[in-house]
Amino acid sequence: MEKIPILRMGKYLLITIQVDLHDRLAHTLQEDLAEKISNTSAKGVLIDISSLELVDSYIGRTLGNIASIAQILDAYTVVVGMQPAVAITLVELGVAMNGVRTALTVDKGMEMLKALVGDD
Amino acid sequence: MLKAKSRISELIEKNQAELVSNWLKEQEAFQGHRAGLISNVELRKQSTDFISLLQQGLKEGDVENLNAPIWNDIKDFLSHLSYSRAEKGFSSSETAIFVFSFKQPLFALLKKELGNDGSALADETWTASALLDQLGLYITEVYQNSRNTIIARQEREIMELSTPVVQLWPGIVALPLIGTLDSARTQVVMENLLKSLLETGSSIAIIDITGVPTVDTLVAQHLLKTVSAARLMGAECFVSGIRPQIAQTIVHLGVSLPDVVTKANLADAFALALKRIGMKVTKTDAISN
Repeated sequence: MEKIPILRMGKYLLITIQVDLHDRLAHTLQEDLAEKISNTSAKGVLIDISSLELVDSYIGRTLGNIASIAQILDAYTVVVGMQPAVAITLVELGVAMNGVRTALTVDKGMEMLKALVGDD
Repeated sequence: MLKAKSRISELIEKNQAELVSNWLKEQEAFQGHRAGLISNVELRKQSTDFISLLQQGLKEGDVENLNAPIWNDIKDFLSHLSYSRAEKGFSSSETAIFVFSFKQPLFALLKKELGNDGSALADETWTASALLDQLGLYITEVYQNSRNTIIARQEREIMELSTPVVQLWPGIVALPLIGTLDSARTQVVMENLLKSLLETGSSIAIIDITGVPTVDTLVAQHLLKTVSAARLMGAECFVSGIRPQIAQTIVHLGVSLPDVVTKANLADAFALALKRIGMKVTKTDAISN
């Protein structure tokens, strides 16, 4: 079955979405990530969606859910590299994704995570 | 009827020179103050062309049916003429008068030639009048279409011109908005701004609305959408240039701009942006010359 790999890098988990995210895939990702955070006790999650060109309200909500779930498991989530068209679509759909941190690039996202996680 | 048509054509052919000069006089009388827009030589050429095309059409064509292929030449000619006049700034009646002013000299000619045959004169006058009316309507229609094309082109040009995104500092872009915001324009503005955030890797955008004459609920909503979209991409958006009048309007309308950082002018917004990216402007000793 198709899966999105979750890479571990020290205290952080990295996810790069490079295929069209359909509903089942998004749901699997959410479950896998929850499992992984709890297993590795990761402190930060970085989701790169720069290759994602199609979104619907379900995907938008799932991304929001992922961030909330990570929050409960004591990990910060940063979504990076959202395309302009995707951002416009989400806004028009009314998915504001409040509570999700965003950054322009992976670099800036990493910086943000490091600042949030700190040394603890 | 067929015979009647060929007679006008024949009469025009015989008296072409006289007809042209009479018609030119007629046109000059009508559009005296427009004389500067079109040269006499050009007008004479247009008139001559029109008469010969008309005569050609009358020779073979059916006056009742302007859609017949024989009339295509004269219609093309009129479209071209109408378009060029629209571009030069003629009004619709000034354009249509080109065709309608031809009636007087043509009727005068018919009267002179057929004066002693009352019923033929009436028939021919009617035929000519009907034909010229149709052509006149056609030229007006084309004129409208040309105006619409010109307006659409200008609209497009204005839209392209008025949405520049400028980089104020590495990491800070500004979008000075000028003119009324409607849905179509906001869409373009939004896309341009978000694209430039990505291209320049800027994490801060300043939308300056000093040049926006009115802010209503729709504009406020558009601003909110842009700010949200920028935030989704990981950038922060400030809105600057809110004039006192507009601040009052916004409050009276009951529009709230939650979570939007607003500043009175661009300088304040820029200062805040510098602060956010950890930059500082300091005063050095002034250089005196």
